Amino acid sequence: MEQKIRVLVAKPGLDGHDRGAKIVARALRDAGMEVVYTGLHQTAEMIVETAIQEDVNVIGLSLLSGAHMTLFMDVTKLLKEKGLDDVLVIGGGIIPEEDIPKLKKVGVSGVFGPGTHCDDIVDFIRKNVKK
Amino acid sequence: MYDKKKLDNIKKNKEEWNKDCYAKHVATHAERKKDFKNLSSLDIKNIYAPDDISHLDYEKNIGFPGIYPFLRGIHPTMYRGRLWTMRQFSGFGSAEETNQRYKYLLEHGETGLSVAFDYPTLYGYDTDHKLSRGEFGKCGVAISSLKDMEILFSGIPIDKVTTSMTINGPAAIVWAFYVANAENRGISKNDIGGTIQNDILKEYIAQKSFIFPPEPSMRLIVDTFEYGYKEVPRWNTISISGYHIREAGSTAVQELAFTLGDGVEYVKWAIKRGLKIDDFAPRLSFFFNAHNDFFEEIAKYRAARRIWAQELKKLGAKKDRSLLMRFHTQTAGCTLTAQQPEINIARVTMQALSAVLGGTQSLHTNSMDEALALPSAKAARIALRTQQIIAEESGVTNTVDPLGGSYYIEWLTDRMVEETYKYFDKVEKLGGVIPAIEKGFFQREIAESAYRYQKEIDEKERFMVGVNKYQMDEPVEIPILKMDEKGEERQINRLKNLRKNRNNSKVNRNLENLRKAAEGDKNLMPFILECVHSYATLGETCDILREVFGEYTEPAIY
Amino acid sequence: MKDIAAKVLGGDSRSIARLITLAENGSVEAASAMKEIHHSTGNAYVIGITGVMGSGKSTLIYELTREYRKKGLKVGIIAIDPTSPFSGGALLGDRIRMMELAVDNGVFIRSLGTRGMLGGLASAVYDVVEILDASGKDIILVETVGVGQAEVDVIKIADTTLVVLVPGLGDSIQTIKAGIMEIADIYIVNKADRNGVEQAVAEIESLIDISSVGKDRKTPVLTTIAKQKKGITELINEIDNHKNYLKKTKKFDLKRRNRYEAELVEIIRKRLMNFIFDESTFKEKVESLIDKISKKEVDPYTAADEILGKILK
Repeated sequence: MEQKIRVLVAKPGLDGHDRGAKIVARALRDAGMEVVYTGLHQTAEMIVETAIQEDVNVIGLSLLSGAHMTLFMDVTKLLKEKGLDDVLVIGGGIIPEEDIPKLKKVGVSGVFGPGTHCDDIVDFIRKNVKK
Repeated sequence: MYDKKKLDNIKKNKEEWNKDCYAKHVATHAERKKDFKNLSSLDIKNIYAPDDISHLDYEKNIGFPGIYPFLRGIHPTMYRGRLWTMRQFSGFGSAEETNQRYKYLLEHGETGLSVAFDYPTLYGYDTDHKLSRGEFGKCGVAISSLKDMEILFSGIPIDKVTTSMTINGPAAIVWAFYVANAENRGISKNDIGGTIQNDILKEYIAQKSFIFPPEPSMRLIVDTFEYGYKEVPRWNTISISGYHIREAGSTAVQELAFTLGDGVEYVKWAIKRGLKIDDFAPRLSFFFNAHNDFFEEIAKYRAARRIWAQELKKLGAKKDRSLLMRFHTQTAGCTLTAQQPEINIARVTMQALSAVLGGTQSLHTNSMDEALALPSAKAARIALRTQQIIAEESGVTNTVDPLGGSYYIEWLTDRMVEETYKYFDKVEKLGGVIPAIEKGFFQREIAESAYRYQKEIDEKERFMVGVNKYQMDEPVEIPILKMDEKGEERQINRLKNLRKNRNNSKVNRNLENLRKAAEGDKNLMPFILECVHSYATLGETCDILREVFGEYTEPAIY
Repeated sequence: MKDIAAKVLGGDSRSIARLITLAENGSVEAASAMKEIHHSTGNAYVIGITGVMGSGKSTLIYELTREYRKKGLKVGIIAIDPTSPFSGGALLGDRIRMMELAVDNGVFIRSLGTRGMLGGLASAVYDVVEILDASGKDIILVETVGVGQAEVDVIKIADTTLVVLVPGLGDSIQTIKAGIMEIADIYIVNKADRNGVEQAVAEIESLIDISSVGKDRKTPVLTTIAKQKKGITELINEIDNHKNYLKKTKKFDLKRRNRYEAELVEIIRKRLMNFIFDESTFKEKVESLIDKISKKEVDPYTAADEILGKILK
C-alpha cells in the first residue's frame, strides 16, 4: 500500500541559518515525502530520539557555522550506538571540499553544499534510501 | 516636475516610438525574455522617460542632500567631504588570532573595525558550556569575559577608531565588555565610538540568534538607548538591520519594509518609556544588504532615507540629526558561489558600487571564499582593495547622488516607497510588528520569497553563473583559512583561571543585584557593567537574565 | 510478528515507532501485531485538541505534558498535519514546540500526515492510539489539523475534546454555529493576555447557554496563557472533572464503544478500498469501468453494482 519516505530535517548546534533547511524540507514535501522539521538548536540526543520515534528513513543535517565535523559525527556515532544502521544520513551547509571525505567516512552518505539543485537531493534519497 | 505642454508632447512621442520604432525592431529581433522583472518581481519597462516621473515634486519628494527628506544624501557633501568607512566584518577563533587580523586590516587601509562573534558568544554561552561543543571560534571570535575583550583590542587605539559589534541577544553585556575595557585603559566613555547591532526584532524574523522573549528584549534595548545617549554619546546603540532579512530570502521591497517597520517599532517603545525622540533618535543606525539587482539596490537606499525621515517627522522628531538615516551596508553573502569562487570578486564589486551610489556611510565587502569558509587574509585584503578602487579610481565620488534624476532610478525609488507603505498597512492590520511576528507574518513572507527564488534557479528561469550556467568541473584552488587548533583549549583554560582568580563573592553579589534589577524596571546597564568589571562571564550574566526573562522558542513556518 | 508486539508491550520506542509505520502503510505484519496488543489497551485516557492555526495548541500540549509528567504519568502525543493533495508529501512541524520533550523517555511523540483523510485526523490514528496505549502511556494527546468547521472527527477518538480559540478571531465565533463549536467538552481561550478575552469568553458562554438547555453538563470555558504556563493546572482539573463525569454517567463506555466502531469502520474501509483499487485481481477491470464512465458508456451506479457484486459474491 502506501509507503512514504520519511525524512527528518534537523539543525544541530547553535547555527540559526535555516533558509536552506526550510527550502529543502519544502522541496522534499513537494516530491511526496513526509518531512519532520525539528527547528533550531538540536543536540545529537534530540535528533536521534526524534529519528527513532518518527521512524525516519533519512536524516538531513544542515549546518553553516563550521561546526559540522564535531556535530555531524556526534549524530552518526549515536545512531550507530542505538543500532540505527538503516537510516540514510545526508548533510548540507557550508562544508569545505576537504571535509567531505571525512564526513563520508563517519557515515554521512551525501553532502549537498551551496548551489545544489533540490532535485539532486530528492534523487539521491530515492536512490539510496533503505526500504 | 515638468512643463505640462512639453510633457504631453514627450508622452505622445513615447507612445509613437513604442508603436513604431520599438515594435518594428522587436518584430524581427525578439527580446531575450517575455518580461523583465527585478528581484522584487516588479515589472521593468523597456525605457523610462520624463513622463514616468512627472508626478514627483522635486522639492518635496526628491530634494537636495543634507536637508529633509534626505533622499539624495544625508550630508551636503557626502563623499566629496569624507569617504564611507571601510569596515570589514571579521573574527574567528580566539581573541589573540582576531586581534592579529584587525591589525592586518587596519594596516591595509580599513578605517573602522567590525567584530564577528562565534555562535556560543552570540547566544550568551561561555566557551566551556555544554552547548558550545564544536562551535568555538568557527564563525567568529569567542568572547566569554572582559579578559577576552582586553586581548581582542590590545594594541588598538579604540579612542581613534570606531568599532561595530554584530551581537544581539547579549548585546548589552558585550557592549559592557567594550565600555569597561575602554574605562580600564583610561579612555573616557565620551571618546569611544561604535555600534552594537542590538536589533532583536530581526532575530525573531530572520537571523534567529534570539535568547529572551520579545518584551524583556525590548526593555533591554531601550535601556541601552537611554544609557547610550546619556553616558556614551558617540555610540550607536542599535543597527536596525535588513541584511539578514535579505539573506534569509526576502525581496528588496520586503527588506526595506520590514527593516523600517522594525525601526519605527523601536522608536515607539522608547517613546513609551518616556525618552524624548530627539535625544535618542540621532544614535539609531541601519544596516542594509547590497544584493544583485544593481539599480534596485540604489533605489532602495534612497527610498529608505526618504521613508525614515517621513516617519520620524510623524513621530515628532524635530532635529535633522534625528531624521537623517545613517547606514552600513554589506554585500550579499547569499549570492556568492562555492563554484569558481574567484568570480565572486566581480559580484562583490558590482554590489559594493551600488551601495556607494546609494550613499552608504560604511561598507563591508565580502571575500571570494565566503561560500567555503571564513575569509583567508588574502581574500579579505582583496575585498578591502575592491572598496579602495571604487573610492580612488572610479570617479563616482566626484558628485553627490550621481544617479539622481535618472528616470528609471527616480521612478523605481518612488515605487519602492509605495510598496513599503503597503506592507506598513498590512502589518498595522495584524496588530503591529510584534503580533505580526507571533503570527508568523514576516517569516512566512520571507520563506515564500526564498522558495520562489530557489525554484527560479532550479527551473533555470534565473541564472547563477557557475551554478546553473557556465558551469565548470574544475577543482577549487584557493587557500582556505586554517585556525589555531590550540585556541579552544587556551580559551577554556583562560576561563578556568579567571573564575579561580577573581573575587567570587563580589561576582555573586553583582549577579544578584542584576537579578533584582531585572525583576524590576531599573535600567540594567549600570548593573551589567558592575558584573562585567568584576569579571563575571558572559554566560554567568546571561544565565541570570535567562532565569528572569525566560527563553524564546519559535513556531514552525516554512 | 510476535516479537514486535511483545516489544511494544514492553515500551520499546523503536518497536513502537516501527509498528506505527507498518500500521500507517497498511502492511500485513501490522495487522497481526495489532491483533496481539489489543487486549492490553484501554488504560490510556485520550485527549483531543483542535483549534485554529495560531491558537497555541502545540504550546498547550507541551505544558500539559510537562504537568502530567510531574505527576509521574507517561504521555503519548500524536501531532497531525495535512498531507498535500498534489504531491502526497507533508511538512510535519508540530514537534518544533516540543523538542525538549524528545529526550524524556516518558514521552513519545509521533507526527502523522493526514494522507488523504478528511475530518482533521489521519487514517492510522486509531492504530497509533492503540499502540501508544498498549505500550503503557497513561495519557494520549491528539493534536488535530486545526482550522475549519469540518475538522470534527476528533470526537470519534477522544475521551475529552478540547477546542482552543484565541481572542480577536472575533466575529468567527458568532458565525460558527455548527461543527467545531459543537464538539468541545472544554473550551479554552488561549493567549488570554491579548485584547478581547472577555468578549471571546462571553460569546462562547452565550453559545453554551443556548446549547446546554436540557443537558446535564455545562461545557466549561477556561482561559490560559500557555507560554506563561498560566491556567494549565485548572485545565487538568477540568479534564479530570470531565473524566469523572463520563464515568459517573456511564457515558465513558459509550464513548469508547463509539471509538471502536469508528476504528472498525476505518479498518474495513481501508481494506475494501485497497482490495478494489490496489490489490484485487480485477483492479484493471475497475480502471476500465472508470474509463467507460468517462465515455458515458456506463453510469457510476451500475459500475458500483458490478464491483460490489463481485466482492459480495
